Amino acid sequence: MDLEMNGYRLDKSLEQHVEAEGLREDVHGRHPMDDLLRTDRLPHIWCPGCGLGTALTCFLSALRKSGLDLDLVAVVSGIGCTGRVAGYVRLDSFHTTPGRAIPFATGLKLGNPDLKVVVFSGDGDLVTIGGNHFIHAARRNMDMTVICVNNFNYGMTGGQAGATTPIGGITTTSPYGNYEYPFNVSALAAASGAVYVARWTVLHARRLERSMTEALLKPGFSLVEVISPCPTGFGRRHKQRQGLDTMRYYHEHGVIRHGTDPRDTDIGLGGVIIEGKFVDVDKPTFLEQRSRRLSQVLDR
Amino acid sequence: MKGTENGVLSGEFFMQGDIACAEGAICAGCRFFGGYPITPATEVAQRMSERLPLVDGIYIQMEDELASMNAVLGASWAGQKAMTATSGPGFSLMMENLGLGIMLETPCVLVNVQRGGPSTGLPTLVSQSDMMQARWGSHGDYSTIALAPSSPQELFDLTIHAFNLAEIYRTPVLVMTDAEVGHMTEKVVIPPLEEIEVVSRRKPTVPPEEYLPYRVEPGELVPPMAVAGDGYRIHTTGLTHDERGYPATADDSAQWPLVQRLIDKIEKNKDDIIVLEEEGLDEAEVAVVSYGMAARTAIWPIQMARQEGIRVGLLRLVTVWPFPDRQIRELAGRVESIVVPEINMGQIVREVKRCAEGQAEVSSVPHPGGGIHDPRKVLEAIRRAAGREGGK
Repeated sequence: MDLEMNGYRLDKSLEQHVEAEGLREDVHGRHPMDDLLRTDRLPHIWCPGCGLGTALTCFLSALRKSGLDLDLVAVVSGIGCTGRVAGYVRLDSFHTTPGRAIPFATGLKLGNPDLKVVVFSGDGDLVTIGGNHFIHAARRNMDMTVICVNNFNYGMTGGQAGATTPIGGITTTSPYGNYEYPFNVSALAAASGAVYVARWTVLHARRLERSMTEALLKPGFSLVEVISPCPTGFGRRHKQRQGLDTMRYYHEHGVIRHGTDPRDTDIGLGGVIIEGKFVDVDKPTFLEQRSRRLSQVLDR
Repeated sequence: MKGTENGVLSGEFFMQGDIACAEGAICAGCRFFGGYPITPATEVAQRMSERLPLVDGIYIQMEDELASMNAVLGASWAGQKAMTATSGPGFSLMMENLGLGIMLETPCVLVNVQRGGPSTGLPTLVSQSDMMQARWGSHGDYSTIALAPSSPQELFDLTIHAFNLAEIYRTPVLVMTDAEVGHMTEKVVIPPLEEIEVVSRRKPTVPPEEYLPYRVEPGELVPPMAVAGDGYRIHTTGLTHDERGYPATADDSAQWPLVQRLIDKIEKNKDDIIVLEEEGLDEAEVAVVSYGMAARTAIWPIQMARQEGIRVGLLRLVTVWPFPDRQIRELAGRVESIVVPEINMGQIVREVKRCAEGQAEVSSVPHPGGGIHDPRKVLEAIRRAAGREGGK
């Protein structure tokens, strides 16, 4: 391959990208969300029955409703199926390393406080490999919205157990059933200092969207936990062969109970899934705390 | 210090190396430091925590070095000049996201005040044993820039230089200093702001709809960089990506041009990047090739050897990576032998041997760390290299 002159370029020119995009539009037409999506990356990689499409749609609707200046919204993802969200949104977006979306987002926010920074990633990424960053960003009340899509397993790598897998959960690395105590993502965030914590299944799309809107507009560390089907990695090992089976399960087991103490919202196999807004309190953010302290000391 | 509006603390100081490093960063325009305390690099963080709030900068102590490196990358993508400083154990943790920085082409500076290893090793004592980790520590193929200061003054100067190189080549630049230089207190001169050359990254000139974040024009190797909030709505990923920044992982069609360019943008600009310091090499039969603290320890033995009639000179590698292959090859062609003292068990000497291509005898003067070379050992090595048997 001759890399001397323009070999660093790929074979597609910008015009070809635009042309391919036009062709897609001719075939599929425009979708109301298209201006918020990198349509030239569609179709997405997610499996049929996955809840990520719903979670992303809710997020885009929430973004519109929030009234935020979209040139100043940045989305950061880690690795995994949910980690691909950053690649599909037509916003400044960063696809980082496993578990590290939150510290990357911390740097972005502090580097330009005018940005609204959203971390959109999965449970394995955010509270397993990235658990330390998750609790510390919440502790600092770092100004960011974290959307954690929780499907109780590592989907992309083939359905392995993680820190959220319920006791008894069958995965490719817990073939006899998981026997480790799992994390409750919402309780972890609340205990670490998050000012806004809500949980919804993707069945409750409107409520999910509303919580996402509230979280986007909430100063400080906000968490929206999204309970989502993973028929390929998790559902089919738990008598939910299709995404629809899991949605039916959510319908039967979902209990909306706002204001519940997050410690009482653990999710077990076959048990209820308590949903709602659990935490909504006001507390100065990291940057507000910093400004207060520095002005007290330095402006004397 | 409150009076330094532009951030530059001009004047003459009796200053510790680590502190000079922090001051250099501030002179270079660094306004973000994300770090984690670790001996012997802690003073860099301490100084930054004190200084940055005075110049509208942000200091944040992260939860670990994984987070520190990521926060630095994030800040750079928000348009800031950003830095972190660490030592061996933290450097190991940073390898993951040093790779991300290289892949995303993120300008930033990583300072490693090296201490003895492996593992926790010798927290308070010197070594230069991370030199190969600096080159090869993160997985995958890439090239890198690493500088090796020999004094607090140079730690100041090279930190500024590191930021400039990072901005020009859009890559993390490593300042590979050591506990001895970092904790050494010496005269440091900080020039007035107008005498300090500061370079900033190239921004795109085309409108967003025409901008491809990883496209280079023919003849170029470093793409212009739009950051978050510029309105370009960029996407970037640690996956192998095409010119749009989109993942391209189905085959090697994007891998070739991307990895080749990441390497070439440094290797093909070696002549502009590499800084070497030569002393007394014109008629030399023996050359000492060294860097950082070890090069400083070599000064006295070189003088002693000359008094004994040995024609010996010093080639000091200010830039260690990219490696000065051509210069070492030329040197090996005109001297009889090369002596390489370094505070490790023989890392850079391997590169010197490779480049000497058998034209000159190359010998290592190793030290496992925990102290600097006994200058007499270096003198003995020079004597042996000059054919004075027994080294005495």
